Amino acid sequence: MVERTPILNFLTHVILFLGFVVAAAPIVIVAIAASHNMVDVNQVPISLIPGTDFWANMKTAWTTADLGPKLLNSLIFASGVAAGKVILSALTAFSLVYFRFPGRNVIFWLVFVTLMLPLEVRAVPTYAVVSNALSPYQAILDVTGISWLIEKVTGIQISLNLGLLNSYPGLILPLVATATGTFLYRQFFLTIPDELTEAARMDGAGSLRFFIDILMPLSRTNMAALGTIMFLWAWNQYLWPLLITTDPSHATAVAELKQLIPNAGGGLPEWHIAMAGTLIVMLPPLIVVALMQRWFVRGLISTEK
Amino acid sequence: MEKRTTFSKWSVGILFAVPQLLLIFTFFYWPAGQAIYWSLTLQQPWGGGNIWVGLDNFRSILASADYWNSVTISITFAAISTGIAMGAALVLAALTDRQLRGSKFYSVVLIWPYGIAAPASAMAFRFILAPEAGLISVVNQWWPGIWDPGLNGADAMACIIAAYSWKYIGYSFIFFLAAFQAIPRSLIEAAAMDGSSVLRRFWDIQFPLITPTIFFLLVINITESFQDSYGIVDIMTSGGPHNSTNLMVYKIISDGFKGLDYSGAAAQSIVLMLLIIVLTIFQFRFIERRVHYR
Repeated sequence: MVERTPILNFLTHVILFLGFVVAAAPIVIVAIAASHNMVDVNQVPISLIPGTDFWANMKTAWTTADLGPKLLNSLIFASGVAAGKVILSALTAFSLVYFRFPGRNVIFWLVFVTLMLPLEVRAVPTYAVVSNALSPYQAILDVTGISWLIEKVTGIQISLNLGLLNSYPGLILPLVATATGTFLYRQFFLTIPDELTEAARMDGAGSLRFFIDILMPLSRTNMAALGTIMFLWAWNQYLWPLLITTDPSHATAVAELKQLIPNAGGGLPEWHIAMAGTLIVMLPPLIVVALMQRWFVRGLISTEK
Repeated sequence: MEKRTTFSKWSVGILFAVPQLLLIFTFFYWPAGQAIYWSLTLQQPWGGGNIWVGLDNFRSILASADYWNSVTISITFAAISTGIAMGAALVLAALTDRQLRGSKFYSVVLIWPYGIAAPASAMAFRFILAPEAGLISVVNQWWPGIWDPGLNGADAMACIIAAYSWKYIGYSFIFFLAAFQAIPRSLIEAAAMDGSSVLRRFWDIQFPLITPTIFFLLVINITESFQDSYGIVDIMTSGGPHNSTNLMVYKIISDGFKGLDYSGAAAQSIVLMLLIIVLTIFQFRFIERRVHYR
C-alpha cells in the first residue's frame, strides 16, 4: 500500500502469528503428548520436548482401538457420501434446469426444504426408518388398503422389510438425502450459455448425450469442489455413525474416538495412547484439506449459499 | 432465472430427479413426518399401541425445568462460541488481507482447524484442559481445586466452548477472507491516496461491504452450534456435571435413545426444527438482499 505504517505492520505480524499459534498448538500438543511415555504425559505441566515413544504409542493405539478396519470404514463411508452427492445432485439439477414439466416448482421446493433440517435434529425417527428402510412404503400400502386387497385376492401377506442398521447403505444414504449439491450445480448450469444447448440439439444430441458429453465435462471443477467438501463433512460425522453401527465391524474412526477416552479409575490415565489415536483420526482430513485446499475453500463458499 | 432452451421430452426429465426424490422421501420427509406424529402421540418404546395426546408432549416439555435449562445453556453456548469464533476470524482475516509478507502462509494454515472432526478437537482439548494433566492443570498446582470441569459446570461449559470455537475460527476465516478479497483493490488504494488511514479504511469501506457476510456467518454459526456440538459434548462432558452442558441436541438424543422417551424427544426435535427453520428463513432474506446490492 502507499503509506508506511511500521507500528501497525509490526502489530499485524504479532497478531497473525498469535493466531497461527492458537490454530497449530492443539495439533502440536496432541503430537507431543503422543510421543511421551505414561509418566511424562501425566506431568504437570506437560513437557513440550517430544519424548521417544511416538511409534510405540501409535502402534498401541492402532491395535487397541482396531483403527485399521475403522479407517477403511471411514474411507468407504466418506467416499460413498461424496460420490452419491456428486452424482445424484447433478441428475436432479439437470432435471430442474433443462426440462419444463408440470410440478417442477413443487419438486424444486421439496428439494430446497431439505437444506433446512440437519440430520442431528431428526436422528431418532430417521433411525427408525433405517432399521426398516421399506417401512414408509409398507405404511402407505397399509393405509391405502392395497395390502389388504392383495391379501384378499392372492392370500399373500405383504410385509416389506429391509433393515439397514450396521450396513454401508444405512450409513451413507441418509446423509446423501439433502439438497446441498443440487443448488451448487443449479447455479452453475444456469451460467452455461444457451447457444451450447442449441448447437448440441442441432447436431442431434438428446438430453442424455448432452448431459454426459457436454454438461459433465464442463462441471469438473464443481465436482472436485463438491466432492472434497462432502468427503470431509462425511469423514467428520460423529452422531450418525455412532447411532447406526452397534456392530464394531461397521464403526467409523471418528465414532471410535470415544473408546480412547482414558478412565482414571486407579493408576495413571493413558493419555499418550489416547492422543496417538486422536492424531491418527485427525490426520486424514487434515491431509485432504492441505492438498485440496483450493477445491475445499471453493466448495465451502459456493455450497453454503 | 430460467433457461430459454430446454429439452422437450419432459417425461425423461422427471426420471433424472427420481433417485433424489425417492431418497429424500424415505430419509427426510418420512422421518420428519414421523417426528410430528410422535410428538402428538404417546409412543410405546417397543412398538405396540400409541395414544393420541394432542399437544400434551409439548406442554410437558415446556413445563420441565430440565428442558428450559437445556435451552438456556444452548443459547449461552451459541452466543459465546459464535462471538469468539467470528470475532477472532474477523480480525485475522482483516489482517491477512493487508497482504503483508507471509499473508499467503496465514491464509493457508488458519483454515486447517476446520478440517478436523469436532470430536477429535474435543479429545485434544479434553487433554489440554484436563485438571490433572496437560497444560491448564498448572493452575491447580498454584491454587488447588480452582479448575475442575468434572465438578464445576462453568468450567465444563468453558471446555466445550473452547473446543468448538477453535474449530469454527477456521470456518469463519474462510468466508471473511473471501469477502475481503472480493472488495476491489482499487477502492482501497483510492482511499489510501486520499490520505485515509488503515483503520479508517476498515471502518468506512471494508466493514460496510462485508456486512452481508457477517449476517450470513452469524446465522450459520448459530445453527451449526446447535448441531455440531453433539460430538464435543459427548466426548468432553457427556452433558454433565449436573446437566450443565446438556445442550438441546444432546438432550434429544439421550432422551430418545437412552430414556426411550420417543414422544418427548420428538416434541423437542420439533421445537428445535422450528428454531432452525426460522433462522434459515431469516438467512435467506439476507442472502436475497446481498444479491440485490450488486
